[in-house]
Formats: sequence, C-alpha cells, structure tokens
Amino acid sequence: MDQGKSSEWEPKIIAFLCNWCSYAGADLAGVSRYQYPPSIRIVRVPCSGRVSANMILDALRSGADGVLVSGCHPGDCHYISGNLFARRRFAVLERFLEFIGIEPGRVNFSWVSASEGEQFAKVASEVTERVRRLGPAKRLVKEIRSCPA
Amino acid sequence: MSSLNEKITKQIQATAKSMLDSGKVAAFLGYTKGTLPGTMQPFVARNAEEAQRLCWNSFCVLNLANYLPALLKSLEPPRKRGEPPPEGPLPRVGVLATGCWSRNMVVQIQENQIERDRVVIVGISSRGMVSRRKVEEFVGFQDITSIDEQENSLVVKGNGFEEVINRWDVIRDNCKTCIHPDPVIYDELIGGLSGDRKIPDRFRQVEEIESLTVDQRWEWFQKEISSCIRCYACRNACPLCYCPTCFVDDSRPQWVGKSIDEVDTSLFHILRAYHCAGRCTDCGSCESVCPMGIRMRLLTKKLQKDVFELYGFEPGLDLDTPLPLSTYKMDDPEDFIITDIKKGDQK
Repeated sequence: MDQGKSSEWEPKIIAFLCNWCSYAGADLAGVSRYQYPPSIRIVRVPCSGRVSANMILDALRSGADGVLVSGCHPGDCHYISGNLFARRRFAVLERFLEFIGIEPGRVNFSWVSASEGEQFAKVASEVTERVRRLGPAKRLVKEIRSCPA
Repeated sequence: MSSLNEKITKQIQATAKSMLDSGKVAAFLGYTKGTLPGTMQPFVARNAEEAQRLCWNSFCVLNLANYLPALLKSLEPPRKRGEPPPEGPLPRVGVLATGCWSRNMVVQIQENQIERDRVVIVGISSRGMVSRRKVEEFVGFQDITSIDEQENSLVVKGNGFEEVINRWDVIRDNCKTCIHPDPVIYDELIGGLSGDRKIPDRFRQVEEIESLTVDQRWEWFQKEISSCIRCYACRNACPLCYCPTCFVDDSRPQWVGKSIDEVDTSLFHILRAYHCAGRCTDCGSCESVCPMGIRMRLLTKKLQKDVFELYGFEPGLDLDTPLPLSTYKMDDPEDFIITDIKKGDQK
C-alpha cells in the first residue's frame, strides 16, 4: 500500500451495509447528491446480523484501513431482530479489539435507515475522518514478507 | 497423599462402583494418575474393576465437560445417518464436576450438546487446581521425579533436590480468582460445599492491561502470543469448542492462514477467544494445556468481564437464563454506535 504523504493518502474503508436500510441509505445519498469521501468500499450483506467477527477481521487482514458496519435502527430490522443480536456481538467485539490493541476508530458501527441519505454521507465522512487521523492500518494486516534471513 | 484427597478418591471410587454395578450409568468419567509426576489424565471407567483406578488430587486441570458430548455419543447404539434414535432411555454417563466444569455442563445443556437426563453429575467443591508450570518454575525447570501432595503443601522431589511448596502459591491464576468453587448442578455430592468466595479484584489482571495505552496493549498482545506454535491444544481442551469444522480449518473462505505468521496467530487467538464470549467459565483448561505457557486466559477473562459489565451475565449459573449473545434486549447499551450526527457535531 502506498503510504505517500499524509495529505495524499486516502484511507480504504470496507463498509458492510445491510441490504434493507444502510445500503438503500447509501443509494439515497448518491441520488440526492450528498457529497461524501470516496474512501468507502461497500459490501452489501442481507442484514447487519450477517456480519461476523471473521468478516471484520478479514477486511483488516486484507489491508483495509478501517471498517464500517451499518444496519437498520433497532426495531426497524427487516428480519425483526438481526441487528439486535448484532448489537450485542459488536459491543463485545469492539471492546475486545480495543483491549488487544486495535486503535479505537478502526472498526466502526452505525445505524442508518433507508431514508437517511444525508445521515449516511455524514457517517461516511465521520468514519473517513476517524481513520484518516489514525493513519494507515499496520496491525493485523497480512503482508507478503520476504523470508527472514 | 493428603488425607483429604485420599478420602475424596475413596468416595469417588465407591460412588462410581455403585453406579456402574447398579447399571445406573454405562460409564464413569473421572481422573486417573498420569504418566508423569504432577499430571492426571481423564479416565473412563466402564466396570467396577476399572472404577478402582479413579483418583483425585490437585492436578485435575482438564475440564471433564470437554469429553462428555463424544462419550455420550459413543455409548449410543450405532445407527445410520438420519435414522431416529432407538426408543427407551439411552445409556447414561456419570461424571465428576467442580464449579467450573458443572457450569460448562450447564452451557452444553443450553446449547443442546448434552442431555441433562443422560448425565449423572457427581459434584465436588474445588479447592483450586495446581499449575504444573508454576511448580516447574518454582524448582527452576529441573526434572521432577515425584510430587507428593500434603494438606496445604506440595513436596517436590527431583535429582538432588527436595522442595516444600505452599499449595496456594502454585494454584492456577483462574482458580485464585474463582468465586464459584461449588458445582451448580449435581445429582450426588462428594464432600461438603464451601460456598461462594468473595474476591473484590477478580478482574485485576485484566484491569492492569486495560490501564495501558493502546500501543502498549498491542505490544503486550503480540508478545504474549509470539511463542504460539499453533498446536490448537487450547481449542481442543476447551469444552466450548465442539464445532464439527473449526474456523481455523475452513479453507473457503480461509479466515485464518495456517502458518505461524504473527497476523495469522493473532487472528487465531482473537477469534478463538471471541467465540467463547459469554460462554467461557474461566476453567483454565486452555492455559493449563498450552505447551508454550501463553496466558490466553487473559483474553477470555476480558470478554467475561465485558459481558458481565454490559449484560450482567455470568455463564452457566442456571439453566433458564439464555446465553447473552443468543438473546437481546431493546435497551442494550449502544454508546459505541454512530447513531445521529448533527451539524457541527463532527469532531
């Protein structure tokens, strides 16, 4: 990954967006022409409850500088309770990743509904800003290294 | 051998013998002496004669709940895939259980890994188990030829040395901070109950790490797991790890590489611990079996602390409370989630 000068460096952020709310919210942000940084790479998932710790860590391992997981607001889940189960898992995961030394702000969670295009743009900017402040990810990134002599 | 252990051993043997003789159980899961001093191995007694080999002391560090699902399955009459189980009750297993083991059995019952009416639980209040590694450290890793356990001390002998160690000095860390030494569920009891212990700072080890900066924590984590050889002994000794295919063995997608690359090792330890969140009873098996002395228990202890703080839950204390990550409440804490950014709110 080209680290370059910090002003040129643009973070890569993997966003897991739930099909029913946040993905539609991102769509609306585009349709409504709200500006947000081009750092977000979207992975559409059926529900935020589908996102497991494996997937978040896999994104980091593959070189993402940040991760965003976004789902429906509590009570609005199209599978009734997927995001509520997810909320418990993320709460534990977030604290745990911080405990082992992943900087707070690398892994982010949000609720964005299908009608909140502007909110999505703001979340995207906020997350990009958080990750930009942290700089390129170095921890848990699996790079191809040469064999130690 | 201390008279207390001798008494318990006799009682275990008698209980197992009577259960096996009466046909109440088809097998009795306990411990017998290991091949090295200071080791004990899990042992399945299938008749009264074998029951005489059962034994008890302070080195019973493995969690017997780990062997229950497979043992119960092995006792069922063979049947084809999809065939319904035979009618009538299936053979039962008697098993020893201290506080943490019985709590793991509760978790296994909640997760449908074992059936309550197929296990006869013989409860023993735990005095804490001894860490063999701590004993070895105490004698400077010299070869130990015999360890004789007294009431509150261990007499360790080797080639040219003899040491008397205070038992509590070499107790495992998890046993030192254990507040539930008594079995939670049991059908029979050996010895008395000792009641819950009060330990105000049982998360002290975790809090020490929490007080470090994020960079120092990362350094600590990398240092702690740097010696890992990925033998997966911690996974295999864990009564929570019963998935037919573990995430480390998945190849499509491959979540964790198979090398001892530090990222792969980190991911393995993160995910292994995370899978135990809200289920781990801090039995210490993982740490006891680690050949490299990695303290991976600190990771699960942290998760235990968080689950307790967030949801007020301790695993395995009763059969009726659902496990925290398999349930939810509408008002669960969500202060970590970006919900509403108002204008000018962005930092």
